[in-house]
Amino acid sequence: MEKTDNNKAWLLVIPVFILVALSAIIPIMTVVNYSVQDTFGGNKFFWVGTEWFTDVLRSERFHNALGRNLLFSFIILCIEIPLGIWIALSMPRKGIWVPVCLIMMALPLLIPWNVVGTIWQIFARGDIGLLGHTMSLLGVDYNYTNNIFDAWVTIIIMDVWHWTSLVVLLCYAGLVSIPEAYYQAARIDGASKWSIFRFIQLPKMRGVLIIAFLLRFMDSFMIYTEPFVLTGGGPGNSTTFLSIDLVKQAIGQFDLGPAAAMSLIYQLIVLLICYVFFTVMSHVGTDKPIEEKVE
Amino acid sequence: MELSWMAWTGPTAIFWIGIVSCILSMCIWEYFSPGGNPRIGILRFETTRGDRLFISLIGTAFIHLAWLGFIGAAGLWWALGISFFYAIGVFKTV
Repeated sequence: MEKTDNNKAWLLVIPVFILVALSAIIPIMTVVNYSVQDTFGGNKFFWVGTEWFTDVLRSERFHNALGRNLLFSFIILCIEIPLGIWIALSMPRKGIWVPVCLIMMALPLLIPWNVVGTIWQIFARGDIGLLGHTMSLLGVDYNYTNNIFDAWVTIIIMDVWHWTSLVVLLCYAGLVSIPEAYYQAARIDGASKWSIFRFIQLPKMRGVLIIAFLLRFMDSFMIYTEPFVLTGGGPGNSTTFLSIDLVKQAIGQFDLGPAAAMSLIYQLIVLLICYVFFTVMSHVGTDKPIEEKVE
Repeated sequence: MELSWMAWTGPTAIFWIGIVSCILSMCIWEYFSPGGNPRIGILRFETTRGDRLFISLIGTAFIHLAWLGFIGAAGLWWALGISFFYAIGVFKTV
C-alpha cells in the first residue's frame, strides 16, 4: 500500500470529525462515566466502581434479553438474506417493469418504524385486523397479545416485510453491475443456471451482501420501535429485546448506572460480532479469484 | 461551559486519556513508519497496526468483562495484566 505525499485532504475530514464528536464521542464518554456511578438525580453522582457491570453480567434478565435478541437476529437473517437474493434474481433487468418493481420494493423502507408497528398491530388484531380476523375465520387460534409463539411469528413476519426490500435493492444493484460479457462467456461454456449463480452472480454480489448482512444484523440486534409498538415486549417478557430492556431500565426505572453498563456491554457485543462478520465475509474466497475462471 | 452533566471522574478520565494516547501513539508510529505494516499472522488474514490495536482493545474489554462476570471486582488488576500480555501477543503474532 503506497502512502500519498499530500495529507492535506485530511483537513476535509474535520467537519465530519466535529459532527461525530458531538453526536457520538461525547455521549459515549458520558455513558462510560455513568456506568461507574449511581445517581438519584440533580447531577449528583456517587462512585460505585464496577458494581453495575458485575450486576448486569450476572443478571438473568440480561442473559434472557441477549438470548432472545440473538435468536431473533439469526432467524431474520436466515429468512431475509436468501429471500432478498431470490427476489433480486427474479426481478426484471430491462423494460417498463424495472421502475415499477424498484418503487414497490422501496415502499416499505419509506415507512417510519412506529407506523410499521402500528400497521401490524391493527392488521394482526383478532377483532378488526384483516390478518387476525381471517385467521379466526379459518379456525386458527391466533392471538399475538397472549401467545408467545404468535407474538414471535408476527414480529418476524413484520420485520421480513419491512426490511427484505433493503436486501433486494442491494442485491439488485450488485446484479445489474455485472457486465453482459460474463453471461456470454458462461453461455459459451454451457454453464447451468446454478453455475452462473454460484460462480458469477454470488461472487459479484459479495460486497453488497456484506453490507446487507451487516446492516440487517445491526438493525435487528438493535430493534426497538416495531416490537415495542406491536407487543410492548410481551406477552410477559417474551419479546423484550435488549434495547427494550435497556429503555425500561434507563427511562422507565431511571437506573442510569446499570443502564449505562448494560449499553456498553451491548455495544461491545455489536462491535465484536460486526468485526468478525466483516473480517470473515470480506476475506472469504479472496485467495481464489473466481473472475479468472469465468474469463 | 458547564460539564457536570457528563459526571467526570478521575478513573474514567484516565481511561479516555489511555485510549486517546493509544491512537496518538499509532499516528506517531505511522508517521515514522508509514504503510501500517500489513502482514498475515496467525488469524490468516491481512492485518495492519490499526487492526491489531482494535483487536487488542476489544479483547481487553472482553477480558475485563469476563473477569467481572466470572470472578467479580476483586483482583481486576490481574485482568489488566492479562490484557497487557494479550495486546503484546496480538501485536507480535496477529
